[in-house]
Amino acid sequence: MARSPALRDGLVALIAFAALAALPFAVGGTALPDFVIRVAAFGLFATSLNLLVGYGGMISFGHGMFFGLGAYAFGLLMQRTGLPVPVSFVLTLAFTAATAAVIGAICVRLKEIYFAFVTLAFQMLIYSLIVSWVGLTGGDQGLRGGIPRPPFLGIDLSNHTQLYLMSCALLVGGLLLMRQIVESPFGYTLRMIRDNANRAPFLGIPVWRTRLVAFVLSSVFAAAGGVIMSLFVSGAYPEFAYWTISGEGMFIIMLGGINAFLGPLAGTVILLLLNDWVTRLTDHYGIVLGVVILFFALGLRKGLVDFIVEWLEGRRSAAPESRP
Amino acid sequence: MDLEALGSCVMSAACLVTQGTSGFIIGMLLFLVAVGLTLIFGVLKIVNFTHGAFYMLGAYFAFSIYQATASFTLALIGAAAATAIIGMVFERVFISRVYGGSVLMQLLVCYAFVLIFDDSVRLIWGPEFKAMGMPEAFQVPPLFIAGGVVPPFYLFLIVVALAVAALLGLGLARTRLGKVVRAAAQNPGMVSALGINTGLIYGSVFALGGALAGLAGALAAPVRSLTPGMGFTILIESFIVTVIGGMGSILGALVGALMIGFIRSFGSIGFPLFTDGLMYVFMAAVLIAKPTGLFGREV
Repeated sequence: MARSPALRDGLVALIAFAALAALPFAVGGTALPDFVIRVAAFGLFATSLNLLVGYGGMISFGHGMFFGLGAYAFGLLMQRTGLPVPVSFVLTLAFTAATAAVIGAICVRLKEIYFAFVTLAFQMLIYSLIVSWVGLTGGDQGLRGGIPRPPFLGIDLSNHTQLYLMSCALLVGGLLLMRQIVESPFGYTLRMIRDNANRAPFLGIPVWRTRLVAFVLSSVFAAAGGVIMSLFVSGAYPEFAYWTISGEGMFIIMLGGINAFLGPLAGTVILLLLNDWVTRLTDHYGIVLGVVILFFALGLRKGLVDFIVEWLEGRRSAAPESRP
Repeated sequence: MDLEALGSCVMSAACLVTQGTSGFIIGMLLFLVAVGLTLIFGVLKIVNFTHGAFYMLGAYFAFSIYQATASFTLALIGAAAATAIIGMVFERVFISRVYGGSVLMQLLVCYAFVLIFDDSVRLIWGPEFKAMGMPEAFQVPPLFIAGGVVPPFYLFLIVVALAVAALLGLGLARTRLGKVVRAAAQNPGMVSALGINTGLIYGSVFALGGALAGLAGALAAPVRSLTPGMGFTILIESFIVTVIGGMGSILGALVGALMIGFIRSFGSIGFPLFTDGLMYVFMAAVLIAKPTGLFGREV
């Protein structure tokens, strides 16, 4: 079959996209496509966070700021400039990357817990900027009035099906790109820094530059998630940049597992299902979610996908030994 | 930006006194929260993400106790005692399970409790803003110092916080318990080998941190409005304080807290829309110049 891993990943991605594209035709209604669009937005965000947490060992508690920045930058560009969608999209990613480079330059040298909290502090800075710069962002009311989406290249994103297909394409394409990043020599350098930050410089690897590149790359994918979200709700709200988004991202990758590449995507599906289910049953979302988090953090001590993978591996390796 | 207003404020004694005391109380409240955070980090090597929730709980406990008994003294003591107990239980039952584990787990356990505490407060006291009102003993006309207005409660708050700071500093430096705590921070294995129950020490440090945050919340209750999310803002600010002052340093927490207090009170005149931003800019500047904070050692 496919010779190189990249080719194989590409094939898997194509099949996944085809399956997602066929989904609305198999199942009627807009509930499922809407759910998948949200999965696309948060799945990209969570997987990008896992680039930092799982592969780089950089526990960022402020990753949500890039999600929010993506949503706001894209919404503002579309509302104020009238640029075509693809141009605004690229400009949004570039703007987020530039911001991430500045913030990252300050943060990536810090050790674990400092890194976590200083990124969190920067997130709150971005949040307070968004809330206080009422003239530009609409303050705590959010970016209202809808996001215009002129058709481009025959694609009209105001059509729900086309928006759905575009979100799926972004999700699958984004995951494919991130997969290539983590399987590249760069990805393995990142893992080495995570596992032994003293050995890496010994081998001539500039640690902080590698970590900064990872920080910027992951911010770009988080921003893409934010763009999907802003298109979906046709606006941008301060909550997109609030710290709870980062907390949820953390929780998502914890739910799914940080060692499997698709763990965060699985986590996203679980959290969103849990979300919809719990909010329908009770107003006290926080208590229920908190207890579930405790169960994962103190009970399983790993994500669901990691747990299943290790359990399967444990069974496979235990099986031959059990036979005398 | 309104540099002219800031300039004229700095030139006038009245404005200087008013803004100075307001900066002082912001700073002292922050200090009480941040010193617990820094102490817990120094001894347990854990950043207590739920610390803001203790502050919030302290404020709500004080609110309820004051409503029930009409005694502010009782409210202060009761709130501090209750948050101390919660801190102790929280450490012994939950946090002690993630020592030495990944930072991710510690953050998640704390995150879970932030959600649970916030929601519990919403459940018990309701989601709307609450105001406790000034205790009767302090319902007296404000003092005028050099033309500036100083409510007597502010003075009380500053005195209490400074007394706590002095007690804490002396207690850690001079008493036997203080020495044990400092030793446990340095080498817990050795301390435990000497027959000292380190688990109890850890729990007590958490209880102390909780009590300080609860006391801060109770002191803040008459001058701030109470909401279920009030803990988070102060958590971020006190984290900034500890980053500026240096993790694990009590003096650093005091200096950092006062700096942030003054930045907030004078910043609100000079940069009304960017007061929060100023803190972050200041923190970034300190981090670039000295990543371990002003009084921090190697971390």
